[in-house]
Amino acid sequence: MTSDTQETPRDEYVLVNKHPLAIRWFHWINFPVLFLMIWSGVLIYWANRVMHIRAFGHDIGPLFPDSWYQPMAPKWVPTWLTIAGTDDAGTAHQYLWNMSYRLAEGMAWHFTIAWLFTINGILYVLYLAFSGAWRQVLPRRNAFKESILVILHDLYLYRKPLPVRKYNAAQQIAYTGVILMGALMFITGVAIYKPSDQSWLVQIFAGLDRHETAYTVAKFLHFWTTMAFLGFFVVHVGQVMKAGWKNFRGMVTGYDLVDREEAINL
Amino acid sequence: MSAKPPSVMEPASPKDMRRISRRSFAWAVGAVASTIGIGRWIFTRRQDAGVPWPLRAILGLNENVWTDLFSSKRQAPTYTEARVTAERINGDEGDLLNDIDLSAWKLTLSGAHSKPGPSTTSDLADSADSSDSNDKDLSITLKQIQSLPHVEQITELFCIEGWSIVQRWKGVRFRDFAAKYPPPNADGSPPDVLNHPENLVSYVAMETPDGGYYVGLDMQSALHPQTLLCWEMNGKPLTQEHGAPLRLVIPVKYGVKNIKRIGTITYTADKPKDYWAEQGYDWYAGL
Repeated sequence: MTSDTQETPRDEYVLVNKHPLAIRWFHWINFPVLFLMIWSGVLIYWANRVMHIRAFGHDIGPLFPDSWYQPMAPKWVPTWLTIAGTDDAGTAHQYLWNMSYRLAEGMAWHFTIAWLFTINGILYVLYLAFSGAWRQVLPRRNAFKESILVILHDLYLYRKPLPVRKYNAAQQIAYTGVILMGALMFITGVAIYKPSDQSWLVQIFAGLDRHETAYTVAKFLHFWTTMAFLGFFVVHVGQVMKAGWKNFRGMVTGYDLVDREEAINL
Repeated sequence: MSAKPPSVMEPASPKDMRRISRRSFAWAVGAVASTIGIGRWIFTRRQDAGVPWPLRAILGLNENVWTDLFSSKRQAPTYTEARVTAERINGDEGDLLNDIDLSAWKLTLSGAHSKPGPSTTSDLADSADSSDSNDKDLSITLKQIQSLPHVEQITELFCIEGWSIVQRWKGVRFRDFAAKYPPPNADGSPPDVLNHPENLVSYVAMETPDGGYYVGLDMQSALHPQTLLCWEMNGKPLTQEHGAPLRLVIPVKYGVKNIKRIGTITYTADKPKDYWAEQGYDWYAGL
């Protein structure tokens, strides 16, 4: 295959529109929005750290240790990158960041950015529905079986080429899953936000746990869906790095330059 | 740079692709810079009661949205006795660690339409006009409050920190209290608390006797049928730490609005001050 950088006759390549402008905006807006939602969520979570790691009936400790919210900066970190603060005893230290005692600030940010998260999510789903792009995202009937082949292929355990289309079955399952996770984020979020006036919503989660209130269950789901989002993020970034520059460029520019011969198969 | 990107499947050269890339990445750099810029701008704005004013403005927008959606016909979930959880003491603002003389306690009611009539609401309507009645504070004993119809309810109390407890409360509905000791209408006309609450002044302020803790409430949340003035918790009289002799239980608000040891209640047309709202929290704090 000819390299991209060489000047070649114009008709050897064609431009392929991989991602429409709207999809690219919906996609990238999530980056600052989810970052701010998770960051402000941590500021809120700090006030009531209920998630603990338990094993064999023992409480090993909180999921995030206290030191995680306000970690001391190691000596080798330049001072301008650190934050001055005091510990509970009143001694001054330099910290890497401070996420303690910021509940009010966290709530204010969370209930501001939540609007962007909601509006962006609704517009994205509407776009998928009306543009017909949902056909590329929604898994097909044999998607589960095919996705196993994809995973084996990615782990270099399955060598045969995979069927060529925009999203493979594993991607379809992941992307549909992340839309459903977004919906669960919204539902559990509003359920926690308005458990009295809009109690019909929190009542969806009633009875899932015999000892806890529906509110507590909704909080639990809201937290673990966030963790699942982070898990998706790690895998997603890993796959993008593996797929390489042209794939990443496609999500920024919308276009890919493809061999004329290859394009016929697309 | 050309104005339009080439259409799909059009023959193109790597040069075309580079041109498209340059333009898109210039956009991307601009978008990242603007996002960081907007974020920094919000962070560095003047503080309005503990949060940057743009965030305070959105909290105000949220308040308007949820005030319009609010309905006193909807109720917070109620629970059976078996679901009552352990008691928890939280918050000692208002000098709650020092006991007061409960026998000397009286509730001060400020800004009421007039002194309560002997029996009927029509008597109230006929009494002196609101402008001079506003100057007189009423002194109300616990016995007078307890002469109103009693209500028991088992509801969840939601702390703004994220935890919640289920407790059994006994008291009187604030709406019954307000019907007996009515707030004035905003325009000074005779109030009709139960049938036309929308005409009343918009707010209720409550304060501990020492003035150390105070909350502001919107009238429609205060008049919600599950908003109670309580003297009993879990079948026992309130302890001083839990707000004896009289505290507020308002399931449509975060715990911070459930003020303990009420000393003064004020009906007012002006948005009242609120202890935690002065420290960065949402004034409305509705659930």
